[in-house]
Amino acid sequence: MTVTLQLLIVWAIGWGGNVALSRSGHPVARPLVPVIFGVTLLILWEIAVRGFNVPGVILPAPSDIAARFATSLPILWADLVQTFFKGALSGYAIGCGAAFLTAIAVDRSGFLQHGLLPVGNFIAALPIVGTAPILVMWFGFDWESKAAVVTIMVFFPMLINTVAGLQETTPMQRDLMATYSASYTQTLIKLRLPAAMPFIFNGLKISTTLALVGAIVAEFFGSPTVGMGFRISTSVGQLALDMVWAEIVMAALAGSAFYGVIAAIEKGVTFWHPSQRE
Amino acid sequence: MRSIVPVLTVVAAIIGLWYAAVIPMNIKEALMQAERAGAEVTPASARDRRDAAALGLVMQNSFAIGATFDQDRPRLPAPHQVMAELWDTTIDKRITSRRSLVFHAWVTLSATSLGFAIGTGLGILLAVGIVHSRVMDLSVMPWAIVSQTIPIIAIAPMIIVVLYSIGVQGLLPKAIISAYLSFFPVVVGMVKGLRSPDAMQLDLLRTYSATKTQSFFKLRLPASMPYLFASLKIGIAASLVGAIVGELPTGAQSGLGARMLTGSYYGQTIQIWSALFAAAIVAAALVGLIGLIQRLTLRRMGVTA
Repeated sequence: MTVTLQLLIVWAIGWGGNVALSRSGHPVARPLVPVIFGVTLLILWEIAVRGFNVPGVILPAPSDIAARFATSLPILWADLVQTFFKGALSGYAIGCGAAFLTAIAVDRSGFLQHGLLPVGNFIAALPIVGTAPILVMWFGFDWESKAAVVTIMVFFPMLINTVAGLQETTPMQRDLMATYSASYTQTLIKLRLPAAMPFIFNGLKISTTLALVGAIVAEFFGSPTVGMGFRISTSVGQLALDMVWAEIVMAALAGSAFYGVIAAIEKGVTFWHPSQRE
Repeated sequence: MRSIVPVLTVVAAIIGLWYAAVIPMNIKEALMQAERAGAEVTPASARDRRDAAALGLVMQNSFAIGATFDQDRPRLPAPHQVMAELWDTTIDKRITSRRSLVFHAWVTLSATSLGFAIGTGLGILLAVGIVHSRVMDLSVMPWAIVSQTIPIIAIAPMIIVVLYSIGVQGLLPKAIISAYLSFFPVVVGMVKGLRSPDAMQLDLLRTYSATKTQSFFKLRLPASMPYLFASLKIGIAASLVGAIVGELPTGAQSGLGARMLTGSYYGQTIQIWSALFAAAIVAAALVGLIGLIQRLTLRRMGVTA
């Protein structure tokens, strides 16, 4: 009973504070409100787990997860290096690079564009993680197979975004380049690639999440004894759920940081685009 | 219509590349079998062949090319082998049989659709809340956006095991993963859609002295439909991935994911490939179905695009 009461009080304080803050319209409300909301949820989680004596094999308390995170930093770091830097990042670079070059090659032929776009759209909607067992079989258990899965996963979203972006220029703009008697390469570099950047970065941003997902899921099909997917699946088997949660926190941090880096680069490159203006 | 010929060309090119890739991928196994059957193979020793380049082996042993398309456990099955397996396990088997892909696809599909329904329903409700309450908007929306950048699927094995340990099993755990994956795209898309009417249109409704409910049902909801369907397509594809991944960690007995997992345990590559194609067909059918509903709904609403 007291636990329920505590929960209600904490919720009332957090939510009430947020209501007051957002009504006030103060400029500080925008960054502060989501933080308060998140912290409130964490406190509620903590109180509920401690108060109702939820066993750690079902739901560990946030403090337990934080403690586990702090004490197993070396393991988490090794997993991160294996899964993120070796598997996901290399696959991401190969896949996005290959898709970009393919898009530029395809761009010169209208025939290929018409053929490749629907096929690419179709493949981008498929559950490509399913190729993981095959690629693990071909490339072995180490990070090469994860990079291969990631390459295939990011290729098609990146391809269709780049091809769509390269068609973004208006006839007026292309005519202007023609009156300057610009060559194909000049038009590409000075007009069409810059115009395609918002689309390219959209593809790059979608691919960040896909890359991590691909690398983690591919490890469920076989991996060396290190890696985030490996750690998650073995820790679940040992019912060490605090470790699983710590690994998920790590994945979330890595995913958000990856996305943040790409978004920051986008801000610098496409500063002229309406969506980037203040 | 004019894109049919190019699409078919691209598909034909992919199949051609696939057939071409089958030869070097399978040549070593094919040569091994040929040697056991007593054929003359160059180079003769298995160790030399292991280290040799696949393309060189194909050149030296062109007689074995036919055999590469007909392996029992190929590294890369030829398209016709996958098609034969698909045909065999969908049409020729009773659909209640454990060896029927229709059975496995149905298991995965039911988890997918249950999860998709839950995820979409909750997502739309949350979006309505976010649009009408500034507090919810400020508190929840940043988290909904951040959650799209994290690999949610990492949670899947834990959800399955935890729910199993408190006695929930079968369809529901997989459906929860599916729901979770389709939830956030729907929230983000629906909020965008419900906000898409511009100030002019909202003002017009205010001059009619429309209530909040009226302006919701007569303006915001219809205006959100294109956005909703765009995110439904993303959501249903994500749901299917969720259901398939949900079958991996527990060693589930049935479902397309289980089919892939057992195939990878026992080296049954043709089985993996046919499960993969079945998943692709299901995904295409689901996205196509949403597209059809979209077209019908939008036409009914008088949107001509």
